[in-house]
Amino acid sequence: MFENLLTINNLKVSVGDDDKEILKGIDLKINKGEVHVIMGPNGGGKSTLAYTLMGHPKYRINDGDIIFGSTRINDMKTHLRAKMGLFLSFQYPEEIEGVTVEEFLRTAKTAVSGEQQKIIPFKKLINKKMEDLSMSEEYASRYLNVGFSGGEKKKNEILQMSILNPKLAILDETDSGLDVDAIKIVADGVNKIKNEENAFLIITHYNKLLEYIKPDFVHILLNGRIVKSGGIELANEIDEYGYEKIKNEFAS
Amino acid sequence: MEKKKTKVKDIDRRIYDIKNELNYSFKTDSGLTRDIILDISREKNEPEWMRDFRLKSLEIYSQKPFPKWGADLSDLDMDNIVTYIKPNTQMKNDWNDVPEDIKNTFELLGLPQAERESLAGVGAQYDSEVVYHNIRQELVDMGVIYTDMETALRDYEDIVKEYFMKLVPPTDHKFAALHGAVWSGGSFVYVPEGVKVDIPLQSYFRLNAPGAGQFEHTLIIVEKNSYLHFIEGCSAPKYKVNNLHAGCVELFVKENATLRYSTIENWSKNMYNLNTKRAVVDKNGTIEWVSGSFGSKVSMLYPMSILRGEGARSEFTGVTFAAKGQYLDTGTKVVHAANNTTSTVNSKSISKDGGHAFYRGLLRVSKNATGCKSTVSCTSLMLDNESKSDTLPIIEIDNDNIDIGHEAKIGRISDDAIFYLMSRGISEEEAKAMIVRGFVEPITKELPLEYAVELNNLINIELEGAIG
Repeated sequence: MFENLLTINNLKVSVGDDDKEILKGIDLKINKGEVHVIMGPNGGGKSTLAYTLMGHPKYRINDGDIIFGSTRINDMKTHLRAKMGLFLSFQYPEEIEGVTVEEFLRTAKTAVSGEQQKIIPFKKLINKKMEDLSMSEEYASRYLNVGFSGGEKKKNEILQMSILNPKLAILDETDSGLDVDAIKIVADGVNKIKNEENAFLIITHYNKLLEYIKPDFVHILLNGRIVKSGGIELANEIDEYGYEKIKNEFAS
Repeated sequence: MEKKKTKVKDIDRRIYDIKNELNYSFKTDSGLTRDIILDISREKNEPEWMRDFRLKSLEIYSQKPFPKWGADLSDLDMDNIVTYIKPNTQMKNDWNDVPEDIKNTFELLGLPQAERESLAGVGAQYDSEVVYHNIRQELVDMGVIYTDMETALRDYEDIVKEYFMKLVPPTDHKFAALHGAVWSGGSFVYVPEGVKVDIPLQSYFRLNAPGAGQFEHTLIIVEKNSYLHFIEGCSAPKYKVNNLHAGCVELFVKENATLRYSTIENWSKNMYNLNTKRAVVDKNGTIEWVSGSFGSKVSMLYPMSILRGEGARSEFTGVTFAAKGQYLDTGTKVVHAANNTTSTVNSKSISKDGGHAFYRGLLRVSKNATGCKSTVSCTSLMLDNESKSDTLPIIEIDNDNIDIGHEAKIGRISDDAIFYLMSRGISEEEAKAMIVRGFVEPITKELPLEYAVELNNLINIELEGAIG
C-alpha cells in the first residue's frame, strides 16, 4: 500500500528574467490523510512552492524532485497534474469573461474524471455543492469570477475543489481577506472533503483557519527553506511572537 | 521548466474546400472591357437603362484610383479575374431539380436542412447566378417578395430602378464602380407596410470557379412598421489563384421598421473580399448588423448606417478572426444625420499566427443632429507575439449636444488565465479555445444558431487543430 502522496526532495526554483532563486532546497513528505500547513512571512516562497507544484511555466526547477504518487512530475504539464489529482486553490483566481462557472466546471470535471458529464446530473451536483458553501444558485450561470468579490472568488475555489475531488489540494492563502464567517465556510468545505485517502497543503499567514481545520504538521518557510517543522504548537508560537523570533533564530 | 509551444494546425476547411468540376453555360473572358459588359448584359437580357448603367459604371471604374489606405491590393490583377460565370442550370424553386454537384455542395454546407428547420425562405447563389430560391407561401400571400435580382429586375423593374445603387452609387469608390459594371445575382427582398416576418430569410453565396469574381447585389426594402431578419452566408473553396468578391448590399429601413442583417463571411484564404454594405434608416427605424468575418486573404468591409430620420437607431455587433496570411480590415461607419438618433458598436477581433486584424470605424454627427447618443466598444485579442491588431476609430462631431461613450482595448491572451484553466485539468489548447470562445460570447449569442455553432467550431479548429 502506497501511503505516501507527495515527496519533495531538495527543490530549488527560480523565477523571472534575472533568474532569482526563491526556493533554495525544500524537502517535504505528505502522506494520505494528512493536513500540512505552511506558514511564513511574505516573500519567503510560499506561493512559489504552490505554483511550482502545479507547474506554472514561469517557475524554473533548477534542482530536486517532485514526486506525486510514484511519478516524478517535474516536467509534467499542469493539466496532467490536475488529472493525477493535484489541485491548487488560487490566492488570486483569474476572471474569465464569457465562460460560465457551470460550463467551466463541467469541462474540468469531464477532463479530470475522464467521463463525459451529462448536463442535468451535473447541474444537480453543482447546486448541491453550492448550497453546502452557502453560495446562491445564480453563481453557476455567472462568468467565471467576473465581478465576484474576494470572498466569492475564494468560495468558488472551494466549490471547484469539492467537485473535482482531488487527492492533494494546495490552498494558497485561501483564508486571506475573508471574514470569520467565510473562513468557517471554507474550513467546513475542507473538512467535508477530507478523508483517509486525500491530503491538504494549506498555505496561510494567520492561524484563524487553524481553529477550524486541525493540522497534523506545521512548517515554517523562511527565505526559501523550511526552517522548522512541528505540530499546532508552532502555529500558536507564531501567533504569540510573530515571525521575528524565528527570523532571529535563523538570521545567519 | 521548459516553455512549450502549442502547435496549432491550419484550419480544416474540408467542407468549404470541396471543388466541383467547372460546368458552365456561359463565361466571359477574364479582365474587364466594354465588350465583356455588353456580353453580360445581353446574356441577362436586361433593359437598356441597366446596360447603360453598367457601361457608365465601367467608365467610372477606369477613372477611379485604387484606395490608398487599408489593404495592399497590388496582388489583385483585374485582368486575371473572370467577372461572369453562369452555371449550367436555370434557377429552380424545387430543390430536387438543382444539379447534383451543386446540390451536394449546399447539402454539405447545411443549407436545405436549415431551410426545413428554421427559415422562411432560402436563396442559393452558385458563382454568378442564383440556382435556387424558395419562400413560404404565407409570406407570399402577405405580399413579401424574396427573389434573385435578375427576376426582380424583370418583374419589379420600377422598384429596382428606384433603389438600385442609389445608396451606394458607383462613384462611391473603385469597387462600387466595378460592382455597378459587372454585378450579377444576389437577393431582392421587399416587405410591405406592417408585415412582420417572424422567421428569418437566408441567402447563401458560393463561389466555385477559380480566378473568378462574385458580384452579387442585395437590395432590401422594409416598409413602415415592418420587421425582417435576413441572414447571409458566404464561402468558397481555396485555389491557387486569387478570387475577388465585390458584392453590394443596400438596405432601406422605413419609418418604425426594424431590419436585422446577419452575415458570416467565411471565404477561402485566396479571396479578396471588398464588399460594400449600407443602410439608410428613417424615423424611429432600427438597423441591426451582426457581422462575422473569418475567411479571405484580404477583407475591407465597413457596413454603414445612415440615420436620417429622427429617433433612428443602429446597432453593430461584429467579430473578426484573422489567422495566418490574413489581413482583415473591418469596422463600421455610422452617420447621425437627424436628432435623437442612437448608435451602438460592439466589435471584437482575434488575431493569431501572424494574422492582422485592423478595426477601422467612423462615427459622424452632423451639425444639425442634436441629442444623439453613441456607444462604441472595440476589443482585440492577440493569441501570440507574431500577430497584429490595430484600432482606428475616427470620430467627427459637428455639434456639442451629444453623448458619446468610447472604449478600445487591445490585449494578449494571458498566461495566468491559461494556467488557471489548466490547473483544473483542461489542456492548453482547450483552455485557449475556451478563453477565445468566452471573448466572442457576447457576439456568438447574437448570431443565428447554426452560425454560432459554426463560429465555435471554427475557434476549436483554429485553436485545437482538430474537430472534436
